[in-house]
Amino acid sequence: MRINKHPILEISNDRKTIRFSFEGKEYEGKEGDTIAAALTANDIRVLRDHGGRKRGFFCAIGNCSSCLMTVNGRTNVRVCTELLRDNMDIRRQSDKGSIFGGVER
Amino acid sequence: MNFTEVAVIGGGPAGMSAAAAAAKAGAKVVVFDRNDKVGGQLIKQTHRFFGSEKEYAGERGLNIAKILEKDLGSSRITVKTKATVLGVYEDGVITYSEDGKYDRLTAESIIIATGASEKQALFEGNDLPGVYGAGAVQTLMNLYGVLPGRRVLMVGAGNIGLIVSYQLLQAGAKVEAIVEASPKIGGYLVHASKLRRYGVPILTGKSIKSVIGDDEVKGAIIADVNEDFNFIDGTEQRLDVDTVLLATGLSPLNELIVNIGCEQRYIPELGGMVALRDDNMQTSVGGVYVAGDVASIEEASSAILEGIIAGTSAALGMGFVSIKAEDDREQAKARLKALRAGETGAKIREGIKKAVTERKYRDVV
Repeated sequence: MRINKHPILEISNDRKTIRFSFEGKEYEGKEGDTIAAALTANDIRVLRDHGGRKRGFFCAIGNCSSCLMTVNGRTNVRVCTELLRDNMDIRRQSDKGSIFGGVER
Repeated sequence: MNFTEVAVIGGGPAGMSAAAAAAKAGAKVVVFDRNDKVGGQLIKQTHRFFGSEKEYAGERGLNIAKILEKDLGSSRITVKTKATVLGVYEDGVITYSEDGKYDRLTAESIIIATGASEKQALFEGNDLPGVYGAGAVQTLMNLYGVLPGRRVLMVGAGNIGLIVSYQLLQAGAKVEAIVEASPKIGGYLVHASKLRRYGVPILTGKSIKSVIGDDEVKGAIIADVNEDFNFIDGTEQRLDVDTVLLATGLSPLNELIVNIGCEQRYIPELGGMVALRDDNMQTSVGGVYVAGDVASIEEASSAILEGIIAGTSAALGMGFVSIKAEDDREQAKARLKALRAGETGAKIREGIKKAVTERKYRDVV
């Protein structure tokens, strides 16, 4: 959910729209968003699973590795600090993710 | 190989003031920060700071970050952003990844100002999406203008819990309750009163027992705790919330301190494992200093002062002669002492007593 009005901050919601795909579906974010911020703004909180349990981000500043996702085929991207770019292909990953389409474990 | 006189790791309040102080004393400085801009966690602090005017009381944190950043404009300072330090070694070699590229730099002196990370709390379902660090959501809403939920339970009534709760109200979320396991509110009563005026219940002697939900948070169970912080059966209460925020403390980000081999000790009053140091913030490894939350979990104002002490000491320690720097250092020490005075500083003073040792470092770097 995006904040529409704020007594102190001027966070413009007129920023350029960035289009991206999450799990194969099209979504929109704003320029300057991290991937985690853009997903959260779209009410997506489940970012991956770990040992069969769902996980979201936890620290939002790149400390804890709770938010690792697969971005443009690259695994283990910390989406809480990685900026959203046009046409990013963002996917949930299981545990450590897989490369070259191998088994996720 | 690249060389600098002082390397500062971390560009938060401690690191920025350390870099400025070392440069002012004459040293060439490189600052490493893993983010795309310096400022550390100050950049998301929308509240006005307390304390004395010299530590920017009355200013909002995000403006303090801008003031400190200006001091990095010195021609002696190089700021590297998107630069994560990977390792620090006894011969002064620092390995880092800058914008994805690996490189090395040798420093005569190293100031570690890496800050802290938010602590988890133990309860059923604490790993579910919807359970976040309070500071994490502060980042999300104050930097990116996004809220992760609409109805929030805050766990912990220290300053972070209280301040972030208020900022959640400003952002349009509803704070259903703040629970605090201790019998009394830990943060400043000014913050607590503001929340109470908005009708936010601050429930002491209660904590979170579990989260309801399979894939994400759909509710939470809180319950009373006894004086040993064990739950009292039959006092459970269900809260209709979609977000649980943890403001249950911070622990120092001490990986680099371990890496370079500084002598450490577990000091709960300071937040966990911290480097032992002398009163100039020098660790047991000669030429390696600590400042800010990595040295003891306190506030930005104390981090700034520790930065000044570490920065001036690093420059003076390698032979720069500056009466002004010595003066600045003594003043910073006096102001730090004043900040830690009084009842609120008692715990920190106890911890500092355990952390500060006589000078007996190995002269390595």
